[in-house]
Amino acid sequence: MTITPELIAQHQLTPEEYQKIVTLLGREPSYSELGVFSVMWSEHCSYKSSRIHLKKLPQEGKYVVQGPGENAGIIGIGGGWVVAFKIESHNHPSYIEPFQGAATGVGGILRDIFTMGARPIAVMDSLRFGPLSGVPEASHNARIVDGVVSGIAHYGNCFGVPTVGGECLFEQCYSANPLVNVFALGVCRENEVFFAKAKGIGNPVIYVGAKTGRDGIHGASMASAEFTEESKQKRPNVQVGDPFLEKLLLEACLEAMKTGAIVAIQDMGAAGLTSSTCEMGSRGGVGIEIDLDKVPQREAGMTAYEMLLSESQERMLLVAEKGREEEVYRVFRKWGLDSAAIGRVTDDGIMRVLHKGKVEAAIPNRALADEAPKYDRPHGVKPHRRAPMEAPVIPKSQDLAADLLRLLASPDLCSKRWIWEQYDYTVRTNTIVGPGSDAAVVRVKETGQSIAMSLDGNGRYCYLDPREGAKLGVAECCRNLSTTGALPVAATNNLNFGNPERPEIMAQLVEAIEGMADACRFFDTPITGGNVSLYNETLGEGIYPTPVLGIVGLMKTAVPAPVKFAAPGAKVLLLGGFGRTDATQFGSSEYAKVILEQLWGTPPKLDMDYEKRVHEAMREIAAAGLAESAHDLSDGGLAVALAEACSGAIGAAIEVPSGDIFTLFGEAPSRILVSSRDGDQVWKIAANHGVECDEIGVTIELRLQLKHNGTILFDLATEDLVQAAADALPKLLASTIHD
Amino acid sequence: MKAGVIVFPGSNCDHDAWYAVERNLGGHANFIWHDSTNLGDVDAVILPGGFAYGDYLRCGAIARFSPVMQAVKKFAADGGIVLGICNGFQILVEARLLPGALLRNQGLRFVCKQVALRTETTDSPFTGALSKGKVLHMPVAHGEGQYFADERTLDVLEAEDRVAFRYVENPNGSARSIAGILSAKRNVMGLMPHPERACDPLMGCTEGLGILQSMLRAVLTVA
Repeated sequence: MTITPELIAQHQLTPEEYQKIVTLLGREPSYSELGVFSVMWSEHCSYKSSRIHLKKLPQEGKYVVQGPGENAGIIGIGGGWVVAFKIESHNHPSYIEPFQGAATGVGGILRDIFTMGARPIAVMDSLRFGPLSGVPEASHNARIVDGVVSGIAHYGNCFGVPTVGGECLFEQCYSANPLVNVFALGVCRENEVFFAKAKGIGNPVIYVGAKTGRDGIHGASMASAEFTEESKQKRPNVQVGDPFLEKLLLEACLEAMKTGAIVAIQDMGAAGLTSSTCEMGSRGGVGIEIDLDKVPQREAGMTAYEMLLSESQERMLLVAEKGREEEVYRVFRKWGLDSAAIGRVTDDGIMRVLHKGKVEAAIPNRALADEAPKYDRPHGVKPHRRAPMEAPVIPKSQDLAADLLRLLASPDLCSKRWIWEQYDYTVRTNTIVGPGSDAAVVRVKETGQSIAMSLDGNGRYCYLDPREGAKLGVAECCRNLSTTGALPVAATNNLNFGNPERPEIMAQLVEAIEGMADACRFFDTPITGGNVSLYNETLGEGIYPTPVLGIVGLMKTAVPAPVKFAAPGAKVLLLGGFGRTDATQFGSSEYAKVILEQLWGTPPKLDMDYEKRVHEAMREIAAAGLAESAHDLSDGGLAVALAEACSGAIGAAIEVPSGDIFTLFGEAPSRILVSSRDGDQVWKIAANHGVECDEIGVTIELRLQLKHNGTILFDLATEDLVQAAADALPKLLASTIHD
Repeated sequence: MKAGVIVFPGSNCDHDAWYAVERNLGGHANFIWHDSTNLGDVDAVILPGGFAYGDYLRCGAIARFSPVMQAVKKFAADGGIVLGICNGFQILVEARLLPGALLRNQGLRFVCKQVALRTETTDSPFTGALSKGKVLHMPVAHGEGQYFADERTLDVLEAEDRVAFRYVENPNGSARSIAGILSAKRNVMGLMPHPERACDPLMGCTEGLGILQSMLRAVLTVA
């Protein structure tokens, strides 16, 4: 086939990139080679727009065993054990085909974890959707929610990994660009970690797992372009997942690793056979030759191009020690899986692909994996934002109680039980704190240590100020972990942005990365890996810049204080103090969004040093067993945090220094609501850390009362608060789907 | 008690059952691979939860044909104690060791939540250490847990005191709120909720342990 400019453009390669290919090869590429370059040099696989900025992130720390560059990051947790974790997006496929898109998103990240030798023990999801009411596409959005949630449930439940938490928010900008970011974490013995680095000239390269079909061809390229009217025709680009097969692959891989016959292993994710082959070769500084005739195939008549670009799921490529192949085959046979030697490690650094006796591709590994274009895209402009800076005239609340109930029932703040009850969150009997809390906590049976984890990202904050918004995300994640008593130690990030070729979008990305870098450095949570998802745009309309953080914390195995008040008669304390929110900062709040239906100004102001001291104080309070309940203040501010801390039976009588909406609903960071029997001791610990701590009331039965100077601001039955939050999402979905 | 935990390729609660018996109950447990024709020396068999062979067909429909199930049937026929949890329950009905069927949940969605179960009989190796009417809390986690049988079968189950547990609040539309049933000889029990997930204080509840303790007591009494 002749390579024409049209063909090059169809492969989303620029003329300059094509020239670079010709230079690297010293000749024109074959059609298969063009396909290989197009996926490996796609934004999704090569990070060509973000790489130079990602370097700014801190990547090292005392717990880090493996930073970015492998399938997942690894940190030591003591006692000879490590955990591997990472977050990855499956945004584009989840819009095109929500169920399979989300399901294979879970499958992909799980393989990233167990390819390192770690058994996955927890999954969390960060989801963004378009509104479920008030817009023409509401019912379509509801179908996406339904499909994504069912897809995650389908895959995770069958695989047998608990989905222990996450977050789910709604904004207009996600209507045609939903975000599905999946985080997974696994445990492994320190000396049994596997890497994707091919070694040993002459060692066999073995293909294991599902057969290769025509599904998912060019998925990585699809994820590197904006959506247009024709995007729905890309449904065949979405892969189909088989969680049962993945479960077999997990068990077989872990068992095969124990034989000692495996040298290197990598999953076939985006760009399938191509990426696993050239990345393993490139990392090991060796070449790999594979013969496509030996690849287990699901259908007849596939071309080399199709096999190389297929993204069929549940496949792995491994390098075994020569002469020990049978030990590997035996394990895969036991689990009823295909395994076949399809090639060998060579000394020439070239990825050579044979098909029907012909060389279909011969490309230096490094050209694909490391020589990919790197762009310093223009970003010397102000980040894109349309919201005004000046606050409008903010009306005085007519009815604080009604405002609170509306906020509790709003899609962002309401209970997400409808979602997480569809996930098995108790399988593996490790879940100490499951969904619906500030952070999830999972014990590691082998060590007496528990892992706390939290996902957070606030697109609205980042839209108003990407740098400060990203910092606030890191702060909030670390606060969530500290609230359960865990020490934040390492992070993974998923950067969801629009089209990087637009300077005002690129500016968002750069500012967010730099803000995240500052905060991660400050809070000692290096980034050990992650994912960048760009081109989240449809018909020129982009999403809010949405960097999502996944931070992991360590704690001694114990049941932490719950979010909800435990019993009447406890002191209610506001660790960190009331904070300050002015009219400009109030524009980023949930109150502004839900009640005033406006967006303006800036995110809340963060003092990182103060924030860190609040975390330290909180961990000390938790370790001393002083907290009967603990809940961090975030979206919706003090009033919402108080309502969320109420159970049906226990509420609180609270006195506030001011009855204005800034005090009640402002979202100033660095604050945690604690209830305790020993308020003095809590206050002392806070004082030792230079942190404010206000005693604001006591827990009581059945009511949440808020007073200012003897005037009742509101007095609500706790049952009504719980009900408002509980009913909202199922009602919203039911009304939307049926109209 | 030596419990044999059957491992189908897609079992995913096998380790949980093992852990509950070994660490929470203080008994012994070993794994039995699905192609074994011999259970070895065990006092009781546990069919754990999961997705035995993927369950893309009816849950448990393929598992009933596995070699190990022939051995389990013989073990049960000889009076051996067999507990099927969740997917294990589905397999037991498919294998006709228990009557009825497990249909898609009434709400048509997978449901994972803590439920309350009422102990309906103490006359079984699984409930002997409990008291009648005692309420136990433990999680359910299933998509196809709606117990179904024709009216006559349900009447027989009740007449023969073979309903072991009922849901206090029915999470899946099960007929007569049935959560667990016994075989005619009372040595086989199928239970949709997960007692093995409610055995460790760290999981917030240890009320599932009562079922394992009952089994332990039954084994000791026989021995």
